[in-house]
Amino acid sequence: MAGLKVKNLTKRFADFAALSDVSLDVADGEFVAVLGPSGCGKTTLLRMVAGFEQPDDGEITIGGKVMSGAGINVQPENRKVGIVFQNYALWPHMNVAENVGYSLRVAKVDKATREKRVEEALALVNLQGFGERRPANLSGGQRQRVALARCLVAAPSLVLFDEPLANLDVHLRAAMEDEFAAFHKRTGTTIVYITHDQAEAMALADRIAVLDHGRLMQFATPRMLYEEPANEMVASFIAQGMVLPAEILSAAQDGACRVRILGQEAVLRCRPDEIARADAKVCVRAGDLEVVEMGGIPIRVKRSIYRGGGSRIEASPAERPDIELHFDLPDPARLEEGTQARLAIRTGWVIPRAEGAVR
Amino acid sequence: MLDTKRHQGHDAALIATVTVVVAALSILPMFRLGMEIIAPQGRFSTTALQSALSSSATWVATWHSLQVGIGGTLLAVILGTAVALLISLTDIRFRSAFVLLFVAPLLIAPQVTALAWLQLFGPASPFLKLIGLAPPLGSRNPLYSTGGIILLLGVQYGPLVFLIVRAGLRKLPRELVEAGLSSGAGKWTVLTTIILPLMTPSIIGATALAFVSCVGNFGIPAFLGIPANYLVLPTLIYQRLAGAGPSVLSEVAVLSMLIGIIAMAGIFAQDYAARRRDYRIVSTSLPAQPFALGRWQIAVEAGLALLILLVLVLPLVGLLLTALVPAYGVPLNWQTATLANFKFILTEHGAASRAFGNSIGLSLAAAAFAVVLAVPLGYLITWRERWWTKFLNLSAELPYALPGVVLAIASLLLFLKPVPVIGLHIYNTIWIILYAYLARFLVLALRPTISGLHQIDRALEEAAQVAGAGLMRRMRTIIFPLVAPATLAGGVLIFMTAFSELTVSALLWASGSETIGVVIFSFEQGGDSSYAAAISVLVVAVTFLLMLSTNLFARHLPSGVLPWRD
Repeated sequence: MAGLKVKNLTKRFADFAALSDVSLDVADGEFVAVLGPSGCGKTTLLRMVAGFEQPDDGEITIGGKVMSGAGINVQPENRKVGIVFQNYALWPHMNVAENVGYSLRVAKVDKATREKRVEEALALVNLQGFGERRPANLSGGQRQRVALARCLVAAPSLVLFDEPLANLDVHLRAAMEDEFAAFHKRTGTTIVYITHDQAEAMALADRIAVLDHGRLMQFATPRMLYEEPANEMVASFIAQGMVLPAEILSAAQDGACRVRILGQEAVLRCRPDEIARADAKVCVRAGDLEVVEMGGIPIRVKRSIYRGGGSRIEASPAERPDIELHFDLPDPARLEEGTQARLAIRTGWVIPRAEGAVR
Repeated sequence: MLDTKRHQGHDAALIATVTVVVAALSILPMFRLGMEIIAPQGRFSTTALQSALSSSATWVATWHSLQVGIGGTLLAVILGTAVALLISLTDIRFRSAFVLLFVAPLLIAPQVTALAWLQLFGPASPFLKLIGLAPPLGSRNPLYSTGGIILLLGVQYGPLVFLIVRAGLRKLPRELVEAGLSSGAGKWTVLTTIILPLMTPSIIGATALAFVSCVGNFGIPAFLGIPANYLVLPTLIYQRLAGAGPSVLSEVAVLSMLIGIIAMAGIFAQDYAARRRDYRIVSTSLPAQPFALGRWQIAVEAGLALLILLVLVLPLVGLLLTALVPAYGVPLNWQTATLANFKFILTEHGAASRAFGNSIGLSLAAAAFAVVLAVPLGYLITWRERWWTKFLNLSAELPYALPGVVLAIASLLLFLKPVPVIGLHIYNTIWIILYAYLARFLVLALRPTISGLHQIDRALEEAAQVAGAGLMRRMRTIIFPLVAPATLAGGVLIFMTAFSELTVSALLWASGSETIGVVIFSFEQGGDSSYAAAISVLVVAVTFLLMLSTNLFARHLPSGVLPWRD
């Protein structure tokens, strides 16, 4: 078991900054997801933790031992890190047992012990008796489980998952998510899980690190990310949040303050140090908006998409056609394209002032 | 920390070993050749340069080289492109059989091709005698001419063009063709305005390769040109060396440089032409739907079959018939046919039976060495790409890209005197031929290895790395097994090429180190066509057996590794 410390990590490829000054502190036994749109640097981060890439700047420490940085570069084969690759990376010229037992053979574990531990690892992923099979003859989910067994047989202190569900269909994803959660619970291993799928990250992780353009945007629990995004990027990335301009009318009191959004006053959650200011941004989500008869923000409906049992409405404020709003309208209510309506904001979150404030 | 150092040590050792071997096989001989041209026998002098360049024989041979080089290239490009278009774009049947048979001449040694055609058309041709069309004995074989050499070069390297153009056509996305058709263009218009323009990079590349091969070819002008006293640069070099021995080495070094320059000019012209426009195809998709030939189908298939009959079957039949004839000019029938020629070359003639042993040993050694070196070399070039790895690749390509005569002369220069310091003496032994083979054919195993590695996900190696396996173990247990089929197919290709090789061994052999190619050549020069034909028949049989048997494991190979497999 070992925690992972990443300090001020920076990596450039030619002129492109893949990672800039990223710091993460993953506790021993924690399950951390690294989440971000494609090209955000999450794969680079994983490859540097594994030792396949050397950082230009910064330090990586695993279990208190410096692996990269300060002139030190421990080779991947000596880091005792396990990886579950996106495309499984099972060796096609070996059968399942040989794949799983490879790291034991490398470590010169004697044959009897090796066979026993391979059998145990296969049992843990419900693949007893599959040892003689070739990877080519397995389904996608079975291959993923072999990859998992191969990784856990070496009892690594830190396991990296590289978008492990990206190649699986929807049903298998749910099953494998359960499998990963069980794996974590059983072994207590520190896990860093790379993904671009927020539902997956939310379901599995203790904490999520959101990356964008090589920078760490926020590192917090799934609930914090959703309820209290640290900046506009996280606010709009997580669960399709809408970022709206607002004016704060009163300083924070009991974690809330009064704001004026699009001419409409509302009470929103905020940080305790929030003060009155004119240039604020707030984050609201579809569920925070409600159609009202009186008051509220006048809007014009741009599009109505039937979603079964209700519609997703896309609209703009009558005064500000450049701002996009969306909300769900349950049946039988309907709003046709071009009609006018009024929206009230029930709640929301005031995005803190300091750009990139990270906790 | 100690671990880190040990692993970096392994890396450094691998890189150093591979680099030293490649340099010894490529840079060293070329450097030695360059030195000889500037400073013959170690002293700065322009005497050799002047005497070679002022001799009229040099310029006549250069002119001849250009003549047959350009003529043979044109024929090969027209033939190869036409067949590639027919086979790739239309719905003809028996496609894989056509591909196998059309590619076969490329795998038959040029001197065997030459011999076969000579036997087909000569006044003593058993085939023409059988059908009563033989010219009178003593009349001249029509192939002993410029036209004959051009024809045979075209037949020999047409398949080379075919393979490259066909590979290009296979990458042509069907949307591009379908977009043309749905814009209202007919098939012929689509061919001339879309397909052929998109194929220009392939055709230009194939043209350059065919030109280099034609200019560097020794076997065909040796068999067809020497009797007519029509010399090209490679045969001129051979004659000078055979006549005067190592004393003219400085002079023939200049001649070999001339061939090198002509070949390089072809490659640079290709590079220039290829850069002028961007023909990159961005999308990948399924190959285009074949054009239906309709009522022309049978005619086109018959035409192709006739072509194969002409360029492959008839010459080989001629060769076989000659091998069965008891003596020159004797008509062949059931009474006169004999296997005595085979018995003679296999058991009675010392040099011939020795040559079989030599050639098998040389080709096996060259193939085995190339396979062992190609995997770490290919690994460095593909998966450990650095700024200098492409120079490794270029160095490995060089001895094969340049005509074989150039490498042979360079090897002679390098080993004429014992190597200083280590005192290695391999001149006039079989080892100098082996050295040249190793240098020349390494790239034939390297190319499929590189294309194989490109198709393998590097995560497979990384997975072994995180499992704790060091470089040597990964090489042994992961990388080699994964890429082995491709590399071994390259090894088979090397065996086939080296088995009947002539260009290099004609200049390097000595009594005791004859190769099969050399023995065929000597028999033919001495007028013993029947013995030459008998050996050739065996060589062709071995080649075909290898082609067919490698087809058995072809499904494990990346496509394009076995040229004869569709």
